[in-house]
Amino acid sequence: MYEIIWHGRGGQGVVLASEVLAEAAYLQGYKGVTSAPTFGPERRGAPLAASTRISHEPIRTFSQIEHADIAVVLDDSLFKVVDIWGRLKEGGIMVVNSSAPPAESSIVKKVMIIWIDAAAVAREHRLTAGGTPVVNTPLLGALVKGWNYIALENIEQGLAIKMAASGAYKNFQAVKSAFSKAVIREYRGTHA
Amino acid sequence: MSEIRIITGNEAAALAVTLCEPKVVAAYPITPQTKISELLSMYVETGTLKAEYVRVESEHSALTVLISASTVGARVFTATSSNGLLYMHEQLHWAAGSRLPIVMCCVNRGVGAPWSIFNDQQDSMSQRDTGWIQLYCRDNQEIIDTVIQAYRIAEQVYIPTMVCYDGFVLSHTMMPVEIPEAAQVKNFLPPYRPHTFLDPERPRTINPVFFPWRRENAEGVLCDGYMEMRYKLQRDFDTSLEVIEDVNVQYTDLFGRNYGGLIWEYQTGDADIFVTGMGSIAQEATLAVDALREEGIKIGVVGIRSFRPFPKEKLIHAFSRARIIIVFQKAISYGNEGGLSTEVKAALYGSGIDAPVHDYIAGLGGRDVKTRELIAAIRDTLERSGGGDCKNKTTWLNCHRG
Repeated sequence: MYEIIWHGRGGQGVVLASEVLAEAAYLQGYKGVTSAPTFGPERRGAPLAASTRISHEPIRTFSQIEHADIAVVLDDSLFKVVDIWGRLKEGGIMVVNSSAPPAESSIVKKVMIIWIDAAAVAREHRLTAGGTPVVNTPLLGALVKGWNYIALENIEQGLAIKMAASGAYKNFQAVKSAFSKAVIREYRGTHA
Repeated sequence: MSEIRIITGNEAAALAVTLCEPKVVAAYPITPQTKISELLSMYVETGTLKAEYVRVESEHSALTVLISASTVGARVFTATSSNGLLYMHEQLHWAAGSRLPIVMCCVNRGVGAPWSIFNDQQDSMSQRDTGWIQLYCRDNQEIIDTVIQAYRIAEQVYIPTMVCYDGFVLSHTMMPVEIPEAAQVKNFLPPYRPHTFLDPERPRTINPVFFPWRRENAEGVLCDGYMEMRYKLQRDFDTSLEVIEDVNVQYTDLFGRNYGGLIWEYQTGDADIFVTGMGSIAQEATLAVDALREEGIKIGVVGIRSFRPFPKEKLIHAFSRARIIIVFQKAISYGNEGGLSTEVKAALYGSGIDAPVHDYIAGLGGRDVKTRELIAAIRDTLERSGGGDCKNKTTWLNCHRG
């Protein structure tokens, strides 16, 4: 089973990204998928997470993910307020949206880092909501570049299930762009 | 072809209701139930569900609307959670006493005070004696299938039925769910034709004051007293044990999914240690069992699906080889222990099974219950059982007791 935590802020679409990933994984042939928001009230701008579980067998656990295989970070300011590293497994994958590649000193576990300037990708594809770049879907492209268990065409179909055709098309262009632009830094890290 | 969709428990419930074609829906939104009332309201507005959606100012009124609608012969639905269910309390008794086959979803949530919007099962457990059938679901597939079964059960025995599932844990978690085909559901669930209903063409009095004794009516027919009416409700609960099993069998034949009827079992074939519970915590316990079996421990799960009627005979059979029974429950009967433990112990009384029943209170107010915590609790129980002193002790799992 793969466990993925999406770290973002209310309004950034962590729940939708998690749902699209679950749809894509199911299309990929994984019989067990779940997608859950942080349980409880949600507020725009406040730190918030969503989680995806992906397995070959139907999923029987509904408790909170303790140590994820993958962390996807929509907003790098969250590193200061949320224990993102603490909830990621050693040897896991960290997907980060930030304007610059993460500094070596900030990498505190032996993980694969996938870096993407998702905001730039979103702006390039005019993917904005209320003037703010939409970074959730581009991060799906970055994720599957380094974690190649799910094909891009299934992400495309997953988007089509969750949104109207025009939106799905536009989002998928950004997904593909993020896929090609994402930079992978293989397992290393200060604790290696 | 039936379709598989990745949906939340609330969406599963709302889709099931739509397939069952109730004529009247009345609900008051409350977290974590809200999405069901929103969806059903939308389905009615868009014509997907041809029903009347009655907007009400409270849960008490929601159930009152359904009592009225059901009395004139309509199939009806409502859903609520927590304090909303408690606010219905008076009408829960009224619906059951009136023998109206109302179906309701209780999206289980802790009860205030103190306020919590998060999951436990104190809300429905505390309504035990209102005369409703209570069925608990372990995942979203079971929710959609149980709501459909609930109408068949309720309408066969004229007892209102509550379909309970864990708030957020299931209500807000998406997972693949096979949506039954509408034509097959119609086949399984014929239109509701009550034996008695209120009709202006045939005026009658329903629910007059009953006296302690039996009494002749205006036509000189000797009629039941209050106590006979109560006896009949209890008698029909006994019948419902069989009906729940039969409906499950028929459902399995038509749709290919088997929930075990009153209880379900996991890895119990050679087990002498049993874990039991209701809803998602029992499902999580199956993973604990997988892990402990790898160490050679003969352990299984008996999931209790029907809390009312309580399946005593089934449990006696399931626990016949039990050396140790561990109950994980998300509710507490203050001043005693977890209510489910009390029920299990009472069911075993006089059966010859003298396995200790270990009482665990877990997950109140949304406190997360992880597989590893269940494993640790089971291990701890097995160690304590070695010492012999293990009866009548309640353990609060993952709770600071300083």
